[in-house]
Amino acid sequence: MDAIFLQLLNGLDKGGAYALIALGLTLVFGTLGVVNFAHGALFMLGAFCSVSFYKLLTISKQVKDESITFFDAFKEQPYLEIWFGDFGTAIIDFAVPLSILFAIPVMLLIGLIMERGLIRHFYKRTHAEQILVTFGLAIVLQELIKSFFGANPIPMPPPDIVSGSAPIGVLFGLSENVVYPWWRLIYLAFSGIVIAGVFAFLNMTTYGMVVRAGMMDRETVGLLGIDVERRFTVVFGLAAVVTGLAGVMYTPILPPDYHMGMDFLVLSFVVVVVGGMGSLGGAVAAGFLLGILQSFASMNEIKSIFPGIDQIIIYLVAVIILLVRPRGLLGREGVMED
Amino acid sequence: MKTPTIKNDIFVMLIFSAVILTMPIWMEPLGASYPDLLQKFAIFGIFAVGYNILFGLTGYLSFGHAAFLGVGSYTAVWSFKLLTMNILPAIIFSVLLSGLFAMLIGFITLRRSGIYFSILTLAFAQMFYNLAYSVLTPITNGETGLQLARNDPRVIDRLFSEAGEGLPSTDFFGLAMSGYSGFYVCAVILIITFFISQRIFHSPFGIKLRAIKSNQTRMKYTGYNTRPYLLTAFVISGMYAGLAGGLMAATDPLAGAERMQWTASGEVVLMTILGGVGTLIGPMLGVGIIKYFENIFSALNEQALHQAYAFMPDWLANIMVAITSPFVGEGWHLTLGALFVLIVVFLPGGIMEGINMIKKRFSKKTPEPHSDSLKKKVAPETGK
Repeated sequence: MDAIFLQLLNGLDKGGAYALIALGLTLVFGTLGVVNFAHGALFMLGAFCSVSFYKLLTISKQVKDESITFFDAFKEQPYLEIWFGDFGTAIIDFAVPLSILFAIPVMLLIGLIMERGLIRHFYKRTHAEQILVTFGLAIVLQELIKSFFGANPIPMPPPDIVSGSAPIGVLFGLSENVVYPWWRLIYLAFSGIVIAGVFAFLNMTTYGMVVRAGMMDRETVGLLGIDVERRFTVVFGLAAVVTGLAGVMYTPILPPDYHMGMDFLVLSFVVVVVGGMGSLGGAVAAGFLLGILQSFASMNEIKSIFPGIDQIIIYLVAVIILLVRPRGLLGREGVMED
Repeated sequence: MKTPTIKNDIFVMLIFSAVILTMPIWMEPLGASYPDLLQKFAIFGIFAVGYNILFGLTGYLSFGHAAFLGVGSYTAVWSFKLLTMNILPAIIFSVLLSGLFAMLIGFITLRRSGIYFSILTLAFAQMFYNLAYSVLTPITNGETGLQLARNDPRVIDRLFSEAGEGLPSTDFFGLAMSGYSGFYVCAVILIITFFISQRIFHSPFGIKLRAIKSNQTRMKYTGYNTRPYLLTAFVISGMYAGLAGGLMAATDPLAGAERMQWTASGEVVLMTILGGVGTLIGPMLGVGIIKYFENIFSALNEQALHQAYAFMPDWLANIMVAITSPFVGEGWHLTLGALFVLIVVFLPGGIMEGINMIKKRFSKKTPEPHSDSLKKKVAPETGK
């Protein structure tokens, strides 16, 4: 029971990440009709927003190390600590959550530039060409990050207070041994909040309503005198922000490196396809579903029956769903069909 | 549309063979005539020519062909380990096995088209890749990669001779697979496969595949069941990939799972696009350019750059080095990605489209009614 509960949490946690990435991807799919292979790179860029924010905060100067008295020793001390003392240390400690504030404008900007500069010219091209150009873009972004930050994963610590584990078992009446890292719980909550925010934006604001109308019938919305193109640019920016935030908060779980985007890209496509192209709810549902399936498949009991199932379960599910339910779980009619 | 005659094809074939076989000579001034690189040209040429049969003719964008390459490599190395160091059985098994896998995967994935097909093939390739790293380690030897060992059985070789000292090397009936002889073996195979692909392009079968690309629905309404044709094309291109994988193992008897990663599939797509999708020569050109520049660029480092900019004043040279150094050496992939974007944006038909454009401009001034019919024929497709 305990093990199952933990796996469920694990699954929800992974699912949160998948759902966030897939949400951004399906926004781009559904509204713009662009197959964006650079989406994984956006996730990676988000993660590196957090890294660069951390680096920015810890810009240091050499000061004399007072604790060592018998020779002149120097240590690096961040300016923030020098200026603000303990408050500065606290800011550095909270670098990852704080970098959300940094990542939102940066990712928005990256998204807008990408859409205006490149993606916009590919609305009318074939899917194959869209795939190719965004694939090339993904390689470029990835290699740029590699040349700035190196090829090795960069560990990012979560804030000190939440670096331990939560005694979550007690809350649910299970044994006290059931503990779960705080940060993962926070990630789960965070992904829930972001998903709810995106849905609220699309369903409760007039702006979102127009975007949804544009997803349904672009031409009519255009004829009504609304600048659909501009809305779509904003949607692309929004997708970039959502994906980037998923990356920012994921850094304490997985130390970011330059090819993390490619690893997540395939997964996120699978999630979108399983959920149904152009269906936001489907993407979220499929994200959580696949996350949970994957974490249950990695249990030893199941692995002993089907060896290797944990490696392929997601793809297997995707293949089966695509063949049995061609539109995915909640796919709408007429989106991305040929 | 003028159909190229067999005579025409043979003419193209002869030129192609001559160009390929004399590569060690005319690549010499370009600094790329050493055997390793030439072998790569030939092997990736086979891969791209085969991939073009699927993507170029039918328009089905597969992101999973590296899986067949991997299957071919593993099969070939196992054949070296168990049977003989002769590459003939190895490549036959590679082709057959990868064809079998292609049939299986194609049967499932070809139920869908467009982006769904791409993702399905991607999913299969990822499955192969993940399995090769995990459960299949007894077959694939996981991260280390499958290698030859001295105490391998090599049943057929043992019939003729005792096990020698050290690792045996691969050969083709006594012709060593390393060095120039290895290149010539690969080159001859490339020429044969190119000839087959040329025949496919100009056969009724090839025309049906093109019809599928331009309008599958109409094709179906005229009474053709398109699936068998697609599956055949898929299997053929899978076999080409397997052959390339087998040869890769033959020139360097080592097979690793990283060959099956989906970015490796992306590479062959890139080569095909760069040269010109759906043209005969295009993929070969793409392979040549990418492999050549990969070789040149990845060998460069900052010192070499400093030397190259030596004629400039120091401050300018330093700036130029700072700008260009991320693009060379380790960063070769950055150049590749940028090139990829530029090609798709500005020249979606690849180099062949560029050549055709130049040709058209010249032929306006001096009309040539008897110009090469082959290239004219492919012009409409590349224009899309």
